[in-house]
Amino acid sequence: MTDILEAAPNTAETAPERTVVSMRNVSKLFSNGTLALKDMSLDVRRGEFLSLLGPSGCGKSTALRIIAGLGAASSGSIDWPSSRINAKGLPEGDVGFVFQEPTLMPWASVFDNVYLPLRLNGMSKSGARPRIMEALASVGLSDFEKSYPRELSGGMKMRVSIARALVTKPRLLLMDEPFAALDEITRQKLNDDVLRLWRETGITVIFVTHSVFESAFLSNRIVVMRARPGQVCADLAIETTGERDANYRTSEEYRATTDRVSRALQEAIMLGAQGQ
Amino acid sequence: MTDAVQTSNMSEAGTDSAVAIAVARTGTVEKILRIVIPFIMVALAIGLWQLHITVNEVPRYIMPAPGDVIAALYTDWGTLSPSLLVTLRITFLALGIALVGGVGLAIILVQSKWIELAIFPFAVILQVTPMIAIAPLLIIYMPDTQSALLTCAFVVAFFPILSNMVAGLKSVDHNLLNLFELYGANRWQTLLYLKLPASLPYFAAGLRIGGGLSLIAAVVAEFAAGSAGKGAGLAFRLLESGYRLNYPRLYAALILLMVTGVAIFAATSLIAWLLLHRWHESAMKREN
Repeated sequence: MTDILEAAPNTAETAPERTVVSMRNVSKLFSNGTLALKDMSLDVRRGEFLSLLGPSGCGKSTALRIIAGLGAASSGSIDWPSSRINAKGLPEGDVGFVFQEPTLMPWASVFDNVYLPLRLNGMSKSGARPRIMEALASVGLSDFEKSYPRELSGGMKMRVSIARALVTKPRLLLMDEPFAALDEITRQKLNDDVLRLWRETGITVIFVTHSVFESAFLSNRIVVMRARPGQVCADLAIETTGERDANYRTSEEYRATTDRVSRALQEAIMLGAQGQ
Repeated sequence: MTDAVQTSNMSEAGTDSAVAIAVARTGTVEKILRIVIPFIMVALAIGLWQLHITVNEVPRYIMPAPGDVIAALYTDWGTLSPSLLVTLRITFLALGIALVGGVGLAIILVQSKWIELAIFPFAVILQVTPMIAIAPLLIIYMPDTQSALLTCAFVVAFFPILSNMVAGLKSVDHNLLNLFELYGANRWQTLLYLKLPASLPYFAAGLRIGGGLSLIAAVVAEFAAGSAGKGAGLAFRLLESGYRLNYPRLYAALILLMVTGVAIFAATSLIAWLLLHRWHESAMKREN
């Protein structure tokens, strides 16, 4: 389970400044006239756990989708300095995406759902099997390969979705409010698991959330965004002295961090309300 | 029920065992009742039929007794069975062509809204025109009666399959479409792995409607178009028996049609169940 991304061990220390993706002055105007993003620039460094935090309508999900190549930016550019680019201008097999809903195919077993990205790449089922089982093991679902999505709980479906995103061994994992619909206990469990996967694989994560507590617990960098128009408003580095575990959740350090993040978010919300 | 549920219930197995046995017993009783009740009801209806004939002394040339019909089924089998085969052939051929045509055309229609705009009017016109009104025309234009009947049955069965499939192919979860786009799926892969499986519930609905309609259409078309001699289907036997006041045979032909209809319904329901029972709500028992 540790070597799901053996190609990229945690390189955060060795090459901290290597940029995975960089957005330059990206704007997005929807056809209904809403300016979802205005001049957003962001460099995501390798190995980062970056949270995009902001009120609804701040364009954080839009930014994530533009990075994933779902819907083009109206202006500005997205660069992938260290990836091979395919014909569509997207990094080849380098991005995994976890949607807000599990987005599983209900007619397919857990195994076939995780197989999908590899199948679309033309990999045979038997050839893909070890990687699929590895991805399922990494989210603790080895015993459920034959189950169908409807037989799983909400948290388990989300795990399948994460396994599917990891099965291509991407360098960048994009998560769009993945746990927003889950109960608090399941959510904490999945937060722990995502952190573990991040630590073990050295994958770069961009995590969209509207929860101060979630972002403060998970990330080592929080980008706070404001609405009307969607813009970056604060860029906070989050350092911790110890492990981020159950103890961290109740620590003074965590409380101080959530205070700092809350204040930044409050400011962003005020700016958005004033529409300046 | 399923592997997953069994595994997750392992830890509570001890506490739930008593309940499980009770559930299993009611399950068996229910299973038996499920089969027995429909049969009892049909037998009851036949009994009432016989009672009506005996009590009211209905003459045989008005309405035959159940026994007469069974006897006719046996003695006239030589006449009825070739006709049954003709009707079956038209029904299934029409349904088969309607399935291939309906699914195929639906796939073409959803490729672009312009194609849909161009072709859909014809599909609608074919559907809303009473088939019985065009049957005499088809007799003139088609080389023989059989192909005219086949065309009628096809036209009727085709539209429900087409419109269901169009709805199905269009109602794919947008997030799944995004996912396929994200992983660089081409059109063919999106169709094969996403759109077709996603429209299976709609296909099943179209199949059940189309299956029933193709039999009805095959019979109605024969009434309208008329046929005779060797190639005559059950509809012709119905008319012929009526003219001859051979009511037991008429009833026997009617019963053959009913049995065929029920068999088609059962077969299409079974296919729908096989396609959907693992994942779709429509084929699932509700548990609370």
